[in-house]
Amino acid sequence: MNHDLSLSSAHVPVLRLGDVLLITLQGDLHDGTAEQLQRDIAEQIVRSPVTGVVIDISGVEIVDSFLGRVLAEIAASSRLLAAQTVVAGMRPAVAITLVELGLSLPGLRTALSTEAALGMLATASPGGPRREPR
Amino acid sequence: MPEHETAAEQTTPASDVGRFLHRRREQIAQRWADEPLFRTVFTVSRDEAVEAGRVLVDALAQVAETGRVADTDAAGFTAVREQLTGMVASRARFGLTSGQVSTEVDGLRPPAVTLLAADLPEATPEHLRECTTLLTVLMGTLRLVVLETSLSEGQALIDRQQLELMEATTPVIRLWDGIVAVPLIGTLDSARSQVVMETLLESVVDQQARFAILDITGVPMVDSLVAQHLMKTVAAVRLMGAECVVSGIRPAIAQTIVHLGLDLGTVVTRSSLADALAYALKRLGADIVIAAPGGAGPR
Repeated sequence: MNHDLSLSSAHVPVLRLGDVLLITLQGDLHDGTAEQLQRDIAEQIVRSPVTGVVIDISGVEIVDSFLGRVLAEIAASSRLLAAQTVVAGMRPAVAITLVELGLSLPGLRTALSTEAALGMLATASPGGPRREPR
Repeated sequence: MPEHETAAEQTTPASDVGRFLHRRREQIAQRWADEPLFRTVFTVSRDEAVEAGRVLVDALAQVAETGRVADTDAAGFTAVREQLTGMVASRARFGLTSGQVSTEVDGLRPPAVTLLAADLPEATPEHLRECTTLLTVLMGTLRLVVLETSLSEGQALIDRQQLELMEATTPVIRLWDGIVAVPLIGTLDSARSQVVMETLLESVVDQQARFAILDITGVPMVDSLVAQHLMKTVAAVRLMGAECVVSGIRPAIAQTIVHLGLDLGTVVTRSSLADALAYALKRLGADIVIAAPGGAGPR
């Protein structure tokens, strides 16, 4: 947890592209960073007309139940603020680990890549509640 | 009576046999080289057979001297095990069973016993008998070691083939742009479903597939464990951002699933691979149109 102070205190940047927020997670996510990120996202959604959140986790190689919970919480809080969350680019190993941990994240929408996620949000009805529950 | 020997060192049968093996090493190795076991393994050069025989005699002598003639884990046997493995494997390739190889190993005993009798002309009949018994026990243990080696060889072969079979029976097929399928054939156990999951997920990434079809036409039976494996695979594919369709559920399997009370509620299922492909194509926005309406079709 405290082996790298510079890393653990690093912000995860939240980029806004039109009405979509783009977050790219890299490597480990620490408790403090995750909390900060959740706050940032919620504030951004409230401040600007955001209808979608894309979290790119293609750079995440190791996953634990903590990250799974963070993703689920981001999705839940964004949904309360009328924005859809799409998790993009999960690696096979990460997917297998999550499933083995029993975290199949049922409420979460997923996409193969950031591009696919943006496409998915563009086709979804803007601002509306989530369509096509699978 | 071998008085000079008695004076010099004690003569237990074990030490006698050990000394005999050392003394007659060359002769035994020469005779063994003519036995079927060595003759058929070392077909190219007789010298090699003799050399192998010498190594084996040395090992046996070492075992005899330690007195652990009935112990297959004796240090001497460990030394020759590798060589025995090679010889056994070579015989197995000729199609011999473990029993036949073991009989061939037994063929090494008579020459050694004959030489032993010739080597101890002055021993009392009782002592000679004891020595012969000991040598026989030693050769019996060798036979056991050979049998063990060949069995473990067989087990290693089975393990290897099982792994190959597992990999060979889980091909991932690209059916269309963005649609991959795995036809599952044979029983699904946890090891196999792990391989299936991994290969399927890898190909979803490689092909950027939006749909993955799991075809279970070739799965003979579905129980709660298999269903659980399927659910896991479906969940993992979904996490990757693709959609999974399970197809090829035969009527009997559908009934079994219902009777077991398994909930496949979240899984998209189709009865055949064709249906699953049609579903995936439709979801991708592709339409299948039969060409030349009204014209004389090929069928």
